[in-house]
Amino acid sequence: MTPALFIQGLRVTIGAGTSAANVLRGVSLELQPGEVRGLVGESGAGKSMLGRAVLGLLPANAAIAAGRIAFEGRDLLAMREPERRSLLGRRIALIPQDPMTSLNPVKRIGAQVAILLRHHLASSRRAALQRAAELLAEVAIREPERVLGLYPHEISGGMRQRVLIAMAFACDPSLVIADEPTTALDVTVQRQVLQLVERLRQRHGAAVLFVTHDLGVVAKICRTMTVLHAGRVLEEGETAHVLARPGHPYTRALLAATPRADRPAEALRPVPPSLIENLWSEAHQFDRLAAAGPA
Amino acid sequence: MVDLAHDLSVGHSSRLVAGLKRGGARLWIGVALVGILLLVSLLAPLIAPHDPIEQDLMSAQLPPAWINGGEPAYPFGTDSLGRCVLSRLIYSARTAVVVALIAASLAAVIGIAFGLIAGSFGGWVDQLTSRLIDVWMAFPPVLLSIVLAAVIGAGLTSVIAAIVVVDWTRFARVVRAETMTQLRRDYAAAARVIGLSRGGIMWLEILPNLVPLTVTLLAVEMGIAILVEVILSFVGISVAGDTPTWGGMIAEGRQIVHQAPWIMALPIGCIILSVIGFNLLGDGLRLLLDPVQRR
Repeated sequence: MTPALFIQGLRVTIGAGTSAANVLRGVSLELQPGEVRGLVGESGAGKSMLGRAVLGLLPANAAIAAGRIAFEGRDLLAMREPERRSLLGRRIALIPQDPMTSLNPVKRIGAQVAILLRHHLASSRRAALQRAAELLAEVAIREPERVLGLYPHEISGGMRQRVLIAMAFACDPSLVIADEPTTALDVTVQRQVLQLVERLRQRHGAAVLFVTHDLGVVAKICRTMTVLHAGRVLEEGETAHVLARPGHPYTRALLAATPRADRPAEALRPVPPSLIENLWSEAHQFDRLAAAGPA
Repeated sequence: MVDLAHDLSVGHSSRLVAGLKRGGARLWIGVALVGILLLVSLLAPLIAPHDPIEQDLMSAQLPPAWINGGEPAYPFGTDSLGRCVLSRLIYSARTAVVVALIAASLAAVIGIAFGLIAGSFGGWVDQLTSRLIDVWMAFPPVLLSIVLAAVIGAGLTSVIAAIVVVDWTRFARVVRAETMTQLRRDYAAAARVIGLSRGGIMWLEILPNLVPLTVTLLAVEMGIAILVEVILSFVGISVAGDTPTWGGMIAEGRQIVHQAPWIMALPIGCIILSVIGFNLLGDGLRLLLDPVQRR
């Protein structure tokens, strides 16, 4: 079966010339159709960069130095711009990190959902608004017709995130990249959002790359997981397997640093600095030396 | 499940009311002053007591009606050629308003187009446009206007052209900067991820966000256009000689300022009120149009 997403040896650098730094250093990853994979790692591990590289949203000073990204067997990096754009939003969708800023502040919710539908499905304005109302109802928003007429600042963060989720699944995508979609929400809303993503995924049969730093979230909804550290894949496999018997010391440290209700707070162990330093030096030393140039 | 759909704030009608409240006294004074100016210029033939170019040398330099020696037929007195000052003020408002509306709108359209292009393409396009603007702005604007008016001849068209040619840079600079700021926001990235083209993002997402800013600037620009028109007509290179203008009235009144100070004072008062009116209107509109106090 052709994987929904196939990444091979992806290397992304930020900056140019001697000051260039590697954010991703040869990441390979495969996502089967309908698979939900958690992509975990601490801040700066490169997990968001990976998602952005797939979507073509890398910052201006970042560049893909090597590697291949294929969506359903089609090379996204070699693809021409109009063709890539026709996939974005329709076949590949994003659930963004911050619902507060990811909607256009001066446009009504209805107009924003309708643009997406009209752009990809070429439906009429009325049909698009009607479909938009159905989509909002699907993400458990009450009075969807009324919400369509509101501006983003008039609804809560949880509702905005649901609107964004509805938009992500609006055109039946086969790949959804969820970039820490629960980070900006409080805990009760987080759970609902996770349930929603899981339900919509099942209904639409999309593969989901769930970028997060929260192992609890991964345990809840991801069947497989990939642990990213300093731009490298440290470990991957079935979530249950990795969490029960972590092979890499970093994963073990990460697990021990996760708060759990069945353990006293004293049992929390921060990721030991020496461990981080070892990994860091292993992964970064050469680049740092190279970046610093001849002293 | 906690119901978030109840978390909705104000409805449609109260939104406008809230906006009008935000605008406050500034908005109302601005609307009133600009409204009076527009009405007066629109209804000039109806409300002017005399023909503005009708001379009556027998009653030259009459003081305003309320001063000793004034005549009720000439409420604001007459100038050195015996023309009704009030009528001339009213007809001058016409010239000022026509210049302000047309010149400011044209400058806005050109400036916004350049600003959007520079802001969205960046790179050498931006460099080229920005340097062009820099060089343009290094010229003293009034001098440039005078040269232009002298080259293409006096008349309404040349006054408007002079203002447009000089003042499009004001819009271009501000729109370029704001476009860059808006493009860095998450919603712009979200628009790219739904597969919109660069033009689509500009037109559908960025431009609506520039409305409060450009409307404010447009109102201020109208005030500036009135001032430039005054300056040009003061030095005598504006519209044809017999068309009354505030600048022309000031120039005439200057010579007899000791005998008949009102001839100079009244047009100056009109100019000040008009410019203040446009500035307050711009301020008020910015507050009114901003759906959230975003900055």
